[in-house]
Amino acid sequence: MSLKKHILDLRKRREKVQLGGGEKAIEKQMAMGKMTARSRILALLDNESFTEYDLFVEHEARDFGMDKKQLHGDGVIIGTGTIYGAPVCIFAQDFTVAGGSLGLMHARKITKIMDHALKMRVPLIGINDSGGARIQEGVNSLAGYGEIFYRNTIASGVIPQISVILGPCAGGAVYSPALTDFVFVVDQISKMFITGPSVIKTVLGEEISMEELGGARVHAEITGNAHFFAGSEMECFEQIKKLITFIPWNNTQKARAFPPKEPKFKGNIEDIIPADPKQPYDVRDVIKAIVDDSDFFEIQEFFAPNIVIGFGRMNGQTTGFVANQPLVLAGVLDCDSSDKAARFIRYCNAFNIPIITLEDMPGYLPGVDQEHAGVIRHGAKVLYAYSEATVPKITVILRKAYGGGYIAMNSRHLGADFMFAWPMAEIAVMGPEGAANIIFKKEIEEAEDPDAMREEKVQEYIDRFANPYVAAAKGYIDSVIEPSETRHLLLHAIEVSSNKNDQRPYKKHGIPPF
Amino acid sequence: MEDKKLELVDFAVTARKYKTLLTIKYATRKPYKAPDPKEIKSYIPGTIIDIKVKPGAKVKEGQILLILEAMKMMNKVLMPFDGKIKNIHVSKGEKIPKNHLMIELE
Repeated sequence: MSLKKHILDLRKRREKVQLGGGEKAIEKQMAMGKMTARSRILALLDNESFTEYDLFVEHEARDFGMDKKQLHGDGVIIGTGTIYGAPVCIFAQDFTVAGGSLGLMHARKITKIMDHALKMRVPLIGINDSGGARIQEGVNSLAGYGEIFYRNTIASGVIPQISVILGPCAGGAVYSPALTDFVFVVDQISKMFITGPSVIKTVLGEEISMEELGGARVHAEITGNAHFFAGSEMECFEQIKKLITFIPWNNTQKARAFPPKEPKFKGNIEDIIPADPKQPYDVRDVIKAIVDDSDFFEIQEFFAPNIVIGFGRMNGQTTGFVANQPLVLAGVLDCDSSDKAARFIRYCNAFNIPIITLEDMPGYLPGVDQEHAGVIRHGAKVLYAYSEATVPKITVILRKAYGGGYIAMNSRHLGADFMFAWPMAEIAVMGPEGAANIIFKKEIEEAEDPDAMREEKVQEYIDRFANPYVAAAKGYIDSVIEPSETRHLLLHAIEVSSNKNDQRPYKKHGIPPF
Repeated sequence: MEDKKLELVDFAVTARKYKTLLTIKYATRKPYKAPDPKEIKSYIPGTIIDIKVKPGAKVKEGQILLILEAMKMMNKVLMPFDGKIKNIHVSKGEKIPKNHLMIELE
């Protein structure tokens, strides 16, 4: 009988603490269109897989009346569980408890589960929904943030780290998501900024809403801080689950292999590409014509859409795709698209994911704003990331490969393992018009009919250089292929690269152009 | 996400023009304007605490023109070269954004 009493007591305690900030606070959370921290975890993880730790942790703050306040779980839930059977460590800040504010014990719980994830070499998922630092706890709160950032950095490239922004995430708190691999945001719910609208109004007199300053759309489209944008929390969880199927548990493993599937795309892949090299097309159609089941999982769809990145499977194996997008800004590399591509390439390399590059680009974006924004520094990241990568690297030149862009987009010279080009590829220092204007400047100027002469010289340049055979003659291109052969040859290339061993000299770390 | 305007435009990268879509970021970028040394603009958003000169005054290089408080710091804005004050476009207590024209020189 007395033993039963203890068990009943435990159940009562659990029930009370699991209610977080209480029914009123939960009602308020729901009224904001948000799920509770606990329901989020349960919705994301496999049924009945969630195991919670540190439920009974309590804060030790004594100042400003904190000694009289009991904060259930100190405003955060931590635990382990599985997603499609893959083990994950997870924490979720509970906004119903003191606004999910981060105090010392709150941070201790987070760092505990982070340490666990790193030790067990499993992915870490953090759900952020917090008003920020718990001001009553002073520097202890800042210490907590710092210790989280430190662990994010140590774990970077060892285990996948996923951040989900399901509420405010402001001030110092934003830097944990920024240090992780993938950030998920939900329309109207996610808010991220360093200084909020009220500070901006005080300092500047500028009025801006939270949504316009740091809402989900802003981070998905303008800043590039977010990688996935969803219309609802449930849609967001589906995206996270799908991502988990594409990535390995840690950097010593490969992503889970799935049964191979043929693309759904039926037809001629070359028909996707317009005959006129000045006309655009959606390069995602080409990717879908190549990958298993035509299932392409795009990352950062709305940020710098002039380059496309994401995962697909080739014969069941996860593969990273980097593709210029002629549909937007003609597919140029610029500051944003360089950052986007470079970080993804490094992700793939860190987690043993082969990279396929589809190239069709006219060069780097010209303009004062680009030059002054540091397109040299940003563009260099692409060169660095490709050169550094030791996973299998395969390029298919679909159409244009001009100038610095030809070099940057995983060329042979940066260590590509296989270089394929479609027969309509144009590999040259610049477009024929520009090249002819320079090389034949005198002839054109002195001609009786300069326009006719220019046209003639442009054609001459096209015939001479705007093709893949000059590069193929030097061995820079391994094979000029028919578009219909593409998938088959890529599958083969990945297969023969599966034991790739590319040893590099020891270094503590490189100095990439951050 | 956005209702993308599927309007292809001519977009010149080198001598060749490509038909393509623009991003909002690209379409709304500000065209470059060379800075005018005779325009003193705020390099940080903040509040004008004090103005030390008047229009028409002759001022030597290095003299204090005004105090711009920003990020809890009283920043002295100095005269860049010997010259005359043409116009003052701010007033004491005014909150100004970055790149706001504060003083014009002759």
